[in-house]
This record gives sequence, structure tokens and C-alpha cells, in this order.
Amino acid sequence: MTAPIKRTEGYAFAYLDEQTKRMIRRAILKAVAIPGHQVPFAARDMPMPYGWGTGGIQVTAAILGPADVLKVIDQGADDTTNAVSIRAFFQKTAGVAVTTRTAQASVIQTRHRIPEEPLKAGQTLVYQVPIPEPLRFLEPRETETRVMHALADYGLMHVKLYEDIATHGHIAKTYAYPVKVEGRYMMDPSPIPKFDNPKMHMSPALQLFGAGREKRIYALPPFTRVESLDFDDHPFERTKFEAPCALCGATDSYLDEVVIDDKGGRMFVCSDTDHCETRREEGHRGALLGTPAEETRP
Amino acid sequence: MTASLLEAQGLTKWYGDRLGCRDVSFDIREGEVLAIVGESGSGKSTLLSLLSGQPAPTSGSVAYRMRDGSIRDLVSLSEAERRFLFRTDWGFVHQDAAKGLRMGVSAGGNVGERLMAVGARHYGDIRAAAEDWLERVEIDVSRIDEKPTAYSGGMRQRLQIARNLVTAPRLVFMDEPTGGLDVSVQARLLDLLRRLVADMGLAVIVVTHDLAVARLLSDRIMVMRQGRVIEAGLTDRVLDDPREAYTQLLVSSILQP
Repeated sequence: MTAPIKRTEGYAFAYLDEQTKRMIRRAILKAVAIPGHQVPFAARDMPMPYGWGTGGIQVTAAILGPADVLKVIDQGADDTTNAVSIRAFFQKTAGVAVTTRTAQASVIQTRHRIPEEPLKAGQTLVYQVPIPEPLRFLEPRETETRVMHALADYGLMHVKLYEDIATHGHIAKTYAYPVKVEGRYMMDPSPIPKFDNPKMHMSPALQLFGAGREKRIYALPPFTRVESLDFDDHPFERTKFEAPCALCGATDSYLDEVVIDDKGGRMFVCSDTDHCETRREEGHRGALLGTPAEETRP
Repeated sequence: MTASLLEAQGLTKWYGDRLGCRDVSFDIREGEVLAIVGESGSGKSTLLSLLSGQPAPTSGSVAYRMRDGSIRDLVSLSEAERRFLFRTDWGFVHQDAAKGLRMGVSAGGNVGERLMAVGARHYGDIRAAAEDWLERVEIDVSRIDEKPTAYSGGMRQRLQIARNLVTAPRLVFMDEPTGGLDVSVQARLLDLLRRLVADMGLAVIVVTHDLAVARLLSDRIMVMRQGRVIEAGLTDRVLDDPREAYTQLLVSSILQP
């Protein structure tokens, strides 16, 4: 896609010094041992502002090895500023191979999406997390939320869902949809769309979550039970789309709405650019790319 | 019903060298209403907080008979057990409804919170229970989705009561439940409380400085002064025939219209 970037001399491998990486790995190990539990860690200042994924970058830096193949996505796309910058950052500081292909990556750092292509054993998904505490907007006191986690006192979250149904008729939360991990800890899956929630459940890949500003790391080891919260009579529902992707015709992927002119024209396209490109290479054609090569809707 | 539900023995609380309450002993049985009266600063509220397990008393013990019949010392309960009691077996009605309610959550959510905290996961059932309880505390069911901020003081207090009673507790603590309400609203609230207490067989410990509330609601009364219980007995006996000089003063200082 772009010209290869040479590793810049003078930096420690993957930017962070070895002591820092050790400290972060320690936090990661603890997080893996207690799925869904938020482990505090001494997040460092990174050469980019908070909100750019400083938590995810530190986790990636701590687990990256010279043989790894890195993929970075931002809202599913490989080609947006955030993704391009972080990918270039690790090319410069670690000299690792990069890819946009989900299947070829060993480490995938993501902001707000899980790739459409199912992850495999041996892959690691690193999430950038803005606010790790799922109860934060219900209970502002950190001392209190810690006690609530310790005692598994999670009734409050259902009050929030109750309020949603009472006012909107359904659970209106569409992203950062809270989950319960292994029947124990309540976890914020970072602002991924709730469409992606089922992908976390029993995933063969390791999933790591890093929050830089809030200085928390948490994790889902492979094959962890992850249940989205709901009511018996208002079960969790995945977001559904009315139209297929306008470019690749996919009907089973998460779509972005894109305004294409100033006359109210819009199209729906896959948010996962790699998924969309792969499908187009395979010959799938959506409505905007002329006549479909084949009927893709079931 | 012979065994007491809650039994306090020699409860004493010092805040540094300042006395909260001293050597208070009493018991309460199921379905019984006990009023604790006295002027401000006499240790009523300290006693109430000691009974509900926080903070720990300087000395003394509170034995509580759990639903399974076992007797536990409340001081030795773990935080998890204490919270569980508060969600299921106990209620706490604050003087200021804003302290006992979630002001940012609708009335239905307020009533349903305890149910969800103990594992209710069926929206329709939770909603039906909330509606039923709003009716029982005489709140118009059509206002179920409004927040308590839109409610009057009397309605908030009734909502707080509904929120506490939804899990059918056995013991309810009340701290000046009618304080700050005007007289007609007070009368209606007392009426409602009296009916609910009788219907559900609740044990209630009500702290008040209003002797009229004590008279209407309680079976027994304890008069506190300077951290000690100076007189205790059947409500009618104590109020009609006060023994202690201070109690006589209290009773005689009620204005007769």
C-alpha cells in the first residue's frame, strides 16, 4: 500500500524501555488471569495525545516481537489518520512487518471495531479504550465502583437498561454495550458497536484492552464466556442493516453510512475496509459498482 | 413469635471524646414498631446508624435473626452480607427523600432497582411490580416514567417507601419520615405507613422528634437524652403517664390546638 518505512535508529525496540514493557506485561498477565478485571498500571506519556490510543499502543509495544505482523484499524478502516499514524509509529520504532489483511496479522490494534473475518488462535487483538469503567456514568466515585466490582454488585447497570426500555421501548445502547465476563466481572468492551459483541464470546484469539489516560489494562483470554447484558423479555439483539454494502454487497457486515452528495444521497459501506476489499477481489459487486456479478443477498 | 428479630446489647459510640450514645439495650420483635424520640443531639441518629451496621459501635453488640433463623452479630457481618441485607431484608427511609432515591432515574427504575439487584431479569415482571407498588403508595401509575425531581415532597417520600418495601423486608429503619412535610401531607403519609406496616407485618424502628408520629405509629417508645435511654415502655403508657421529668417536659411542650 505505502512505501516501506525503515526502522529509525536510536529508539528502544517498539519505543518503550524494557522496564516499562516488563511492568506492562506484568499487568497484562494479571489481567489475563482475572478475565474482565481492570488492572491498574503506570501508563507512560506517549508521543501523541490522549484519545489517540495511548493505552492500546503501550499494550502493543509491550507484546510486540520482531517476528510479529501488525495490523492497525480505526473504526474498521486501515487507511484513516489514526491507523496510518500508529502503523507508521511501530514501523519506525520496531521495524515490524505490517499488513492490512486480518488473516495475516499476528497482532491487531483496533479502535472501536472487531474485524469481520473471524480471528484465529495465536492472534492478539488490542483494543484502545477511552473509559474502562462500565459503571462510570452511573456511579462517579471510583471508590464505590471498585467495591461494586469486588462484591459483584451490578444491579445498577440493569437499572440503566430498564430506563432505556421505559423511555425508548428497547435497549437503546448501540456501542460500548456492557458485558459480563465468565459470569463474574462487568466489563466495558470499549466503544465497539454492539454488532461486534458476539464476536468476543469464545473467541480463539487473545483480547487485550488498554486505557492510557485511565491507566487500566484488562483482558479476555481465548475461549472466555462473554455475555451481553439484557432482560429475559428484551434479549440482546445485534444491529441489523436494511441494505447490503454498496461496494461489495455484503449483508453480514457492519456498515457505515456515507453521505455522497449534497442532495441527500447516501450509501452504506462496510466499515471493515479489508473485508470489503477482499470481497471485491473475489468478484462480489455492490449496487454502486455497476451490475452485481452475482446475487449476494440470500 | 417469641424470639426477637433484633437485639441490641450495651451499644456505646464515642466520636473521639464526644459521646454519640451510651449503653443502649433493647429488642424488637417481628411486626413491632419502636419509636425512638428525643431532642436533636440526643443520640437518636447515631443509634439508628449503629443498628444498621455502620459505623461500628465502640462497644456493645447487635444480634439479628436472619431469614434462615440463624442469629448473627451485625458488627461482624462482611460488607457483602451487609449490603445484601440492605437490599433484601431491610429498608431505610431517609428524612430527605433525595438521599434515599436516585433522582436521575424514573420512579419505575427506583422501585425496580432492588429487584434487579437481587437478580430479577424480566422487564415485564419488574415493571408490573413497580406499578403495583406505586398503586399501593397512592402514586398515579401514569407517572411511573417520571423522575422523582418532578414529584412533590410527599410523593417523593411515598416513592421512597415503595422502593424500600418492594423486596418485602422484615425490618425498616425510618429517620424522621415525615420531617419537612406539611401537616396534611404528614397525616396522609402516616396513614399509609400505618396500613402498610400492619398489612406486611413489618418491624419498624422509627426515629422522630415528633411525638404525634410516635403516638400514631409505634407500639413501644424509647426516650433518649444525652446519649442515654432515660425511659422506655408502651407508647400510650409513656406518653400518657411519663415518669421522667424530661419526658414530662417533652409531652407537655406539645402545642394543643
